[in-house]
Amino acid sequence: MSATAVHSLWTTAAGPIDKIQAPDIEYAQLAPVLIVVGAAVVGLLVEAFMPRKARYHAQVFLTVLAIVASFAAVLGLAEAGYGTTKVRIAAMGAIAIDGPTLFLQGTILLASLVAVFTFAERKLDPETHGTKIDSFVAQAAAVPGSENEKQAVKAGFTTTEVYPLTLFAIAGLLVFPAANDLLTLFISLEVFSLPLYLLCALARRKRLMSQEAAVKYFLLGAFSSAFLLFGIALMYGYAGSVAYARIADVVDGSIRTIDPVLADTMGNDALLLIGSAMILMGLLFKVGAVPFHMWTPDVYQGAPTPVTGFMAAATKVAAFGALLRLLYVVLPGMSWDWRPVMWGITIATMLGGAIVAITQTDIKRLLAYSSIAHAGFILAGVIAVTPEGVSSVLFYLGAYSFVTIGAFAVVTLVRDAGGEATHLSKWAGLGRRSPLVAAVFAVFLLAFAGIPLTSGFSGKFAVFKAAAEGGAGALVVVGVISSAIAAFFYIRVIVLMFFSEPKADGPTVAVPSVMTKMAIGMGVVVTVVLGVAPQYFLNLASQAGVFVR
Amino acid sequence: MSFPLLTATAVLPAVGAIVTAAVPAARRTTAKWMALGFSLATFALAVLVVARFEPNGDRYQLVESHSWIKDFGVRYELGVDGIGVVLIALTALLVPFVILAGWHDADPLENSSSRWRPTQGFFALILMVEAMVILSFEATDVFLFYILFEAMLIPMYFLIGGFGDRAHSGSDAAAATQRSYAAVKFLLYNLVGGLIMLAAVIGLYVVAGSFSLNEIAEARASGELDMATNTERLLFLGFFFAFAIKAPLWPLHTWLPNAMGEATAPVAVLITAVVDKVGTFAMLRFCLQLFPEASKWATPVIVVLALISIVYGALLAVGQRDIKRLIAYASISHFGFIILGIFAMTSQGQSGATLYMVNHGISTAALMLVAGFLITRRGSRLIADYGGVQKVAPVLAGTFLVGGLSTLSLPGLSPFVSEFLVLVGTFARYPVAGIIATSGIVLAALYVLVLYQRTMTGPVKDEVRGMPDLRPRELAVITPLIALLLFFGVFPKPLTDIVNPAVEHTMSDVEKKDPRPDVEAAK
Repeated sequence: MSATAVHSLWTTAAGPIDKIQAPDIEYAQLAPVLIVVGAAVVGLLVEAFMPRKARYHAQVFLTVLAIVASFAAVLGLAEAGYGTTKVRIAAMGAIAIDGPTLFLQGTILLASLVAVFTFAERKLDPETHGTKIDSFVAQAAAVPGSENEKQAVKAGFTTTEVYPLTLFAIAGLLVFPAANDLLTLFISLEVFSLPLYLLCALARRKRLMSQEAAVKYFLLGAFSSAFLLFGIALMYGYAGSVAYARIADVVDGSIRTIDPVLADTMGNDALLLIGSAMILMGLLFKVGAVPFHMWTPDVYQGAPTPVTGFMAAATKVAAFGALLRLLYVVLPGMSWDWRPVMWGITIATMLGGAIVAITQTDIKRLLAYSSIAHAGFILAGVIAVTPEGVSSVLFYLGAYSFVTIGAFAVVTLVRDAGGEATHLSKWAGLGRRSPLVAAVFAVFLLAFAGIPLTSGFSGKFAVFKAAAEGGAGALVVVGVISSAIAAFFYIRVIVLMFFSEPKADGPTVAVPSVMTKMAIGMGVVVTVVLGVAPQYFLNLASQAGVFVR
Repeated sequence: MSFPLLTATAVLPAVGAIVTAAVPAARRTTAKWMALGFSLATFALAVLVVARFEPNGDRYQLVESHSWIKDFGVRYELGVDGIGVVLIALTALLVPFVILAGWHDADPLENSSSRWRPTQGFFALILMVEAMVILSFEATDVFLFYILFEAMLIPMYFLIGGFGDRAHSGSDAAAATQRSYAAVKFLLYNLVGGLIMLAAVIGLYVVAGSFSLNEIAEARASGELDMATNTERLLFLGFFFAFAIKAPLWPLHTWLPNAMGEATAPVAVLITAVVDKVGTFAMLRFCLQLFPEASKWATPVIVVLALISIVYGALLAVGQRDIKRLIAYASISHFGFIILGIFAMTSQGQSGATLYMVNHGISTAALMLVAGFLITRRGSRLIADYGGVQKVAPVLAGTFLVGGLSTLSLPGLSPFVSEFLVLVGTFARYPVAGIIATSGIVLAALYVLVLYQRTMTGPVKDEVRGMPDLRPRELAVITPLIALLLFFGVFPKPLTDIVNPAVEHTMSDVEKKDPRPDVEAAK
């Protein structure tokens, strides 16, 4: 290359540049996310500078405060009409502030709040070496079973890093359903995934299992992220943009100007089909839909139970939010293409989750498969492609997340010498020894099974009704059949708890602190209220059922 | 606004259930009296409902209507017709007897140290079932009915699985296994039926845009709502499937003998005399009213299934060795009669079916409760373990005989009236079916009299010697039931007066007229 050419390159770069446009950021509308991120950063500083003894209280306080403040911000935005009349695209097109965003953010924050209560529980295990201990490992870096670990336990270390990690995860979850372009979608996915991979590895007991779960989750998660990213690249090739609205225009065929650089690929349907399929795969992985569900049972079983509850509730809410926005905002123009595929996935997810759950012998794995079946029910509402479909999914997610966190919170209470007694055989006769705990768990199981007068029924009815009105009557029938199959294993647990004789060496039920009591109590209250008088929340969900474009 | 009598009738036992459950563990007797008090108060309200009801007035009376879940189009709508009224009265009448008969069924075992409070739970669950059953007889909103139809399974399930019959031939562990098997079978059968119905309920809403019986009926009458033939048939099948499991109709009946065999006698009465009536009631109210065309379309098959139920149930009853299972199969036979009467589509048949629901409730309660007293004394359910009881405990044997005779529809006892009406009603439309159904009566005589002969007559068995006769509490249970059987056997008019106008409404829904008696001669 000649010197002049180099020179000319330099001159172009060094020539008079346009002023860099300061991005226009709507801080007020982004406040829910910003508060959480800010608190997470402060949490890191707390880790760095606070004395070890004071960290737990400071972190719990900070986390709860941040979540409550963020929730207040969401309420404020909703009150100001950002969910209905003043919907807008914020942050230079990266974030959509609309009904579904606010509803899902509110749900995620409430679920996170309840989950954090279970994180902070320190009364289940007896004190060791004078320190109260929680569900998390003393020192994550210590090899399981090593001298190092023993010393860390002796010194009374606790992993208070979980709180800032959780806050970062929450921040990612808040952005995920609001993401209005594919890059924001991908980044928020990574922002919540990475802390979750770590949190999964931090169980105090059964550490090897916990680490194995984390590795599996990480590897499969990375795999699915790769799919998502590849899909985004293909989609960019197809539409010449990563912004949802623009892609949607290209899909509709309402864009006439073609970027000359992309003239070869733009509007190429093969790119659209492959690209959207890959993006959907990435999202369905997070949702835990068959056949992308393989990680769910292992991760749910291995992760510390409070983290499992958090993942099962908050992650699912966020992932369904993102899926809804993608299908309803970006790809409605090709619903003829994706609906048959999603039909298949929905049927496989409902039946697969319900059938495989029957053979499970571990309560956490059982709940994992049950969460897969529920993902299928929610997908039935997603497929409707009507505003009723959106609001039914929103309602279901809200109802489901509280039942889930409550159920996992109960799981943390039933313990024997090795920590939580998750094998089902150990739950035999629980109803005779601790009627209240068993009754509460039975309420959650009945809600999972969709028995009327629980939130599970209202949610199931809402999605099935939306699906039927959307012309998916066959899905409803399959859904009803898999509900019947699912009912079998929920009932089996109830039989075990109430009608079996307690075993002599059975587990004990730990008396939790007010934190876990609040988590479980909220679960029960929400389950019953949404079952008996769901009208107010259905209203909310149906007001929130319209996406901004 | 007038006093919401129907709501009160249903809410009172629910309140009773909560209060009873909250009684401290040590105050067991208080809980029992509390439960009995609430059930009697409910009966008083039910009597008030009957008194306020005008048989020849509007179709649905004492109507209440409130918005409930607007987004689902669901209203809290109550109203009773003649059929509902008599069934509410039956339920409210039987539950105090069930409670009284089960007075000691849930007393804790002496060696038990568990914190589980069975006594309070037992009576609270019974009252809960009562509340839900009564409300389901009152609901005129399909969704509300569905919710109750499903929700009542849960307390019922705990009653069957948690409080088994202590008179069990096997070991304790075997008894527990069989009991939970029966409870799970009961729940799964009914849940599957319920979920299929859920699909149909949603389908109905998509088609009709409403859950209200009245609105749907109006829309249908004005021609606004015109269901496609196939849609109507599918929806009908969805509803009917659930009701046929609940009723139960052959071949969906297999849960009933297990459930009734393993449950205590009072709970068995609750299953067959109270809860199962919701199934047959719902056939009349929902299947015929919402899907008249499809009901007519399905009639031949249903009549055949009902006939199979009658004969098959009776034949299996003859072959039973276990007293409670025998009564369960007899009930299956009787439910066959009820369903036959409903789908004969004649006014006599349907009046007969409704009366049959009431009379079957009373007569089965009488027979089953005496059988329960007998079984508790001897500690065995097997017929072969008894003999010569009438010499030792004549009153027990006598009441058992009256209960048995009412089961075989002896003239003079109330079941005769209803069975006769069903047969006459069936005969008018389907003579062959009527003839086959009559064989059920003959078989009933066989299983009842053989049962009596084997247990009560003959030489006194050693284990039976010294068996005490009925105690005052047990007499208090059985005497009023027998009195009612006699009264309605001789004078059924109070019942028919209430029921007949309601049946006329149903008949006009399906646009069927009674065949003229001379229709055969005219050919």
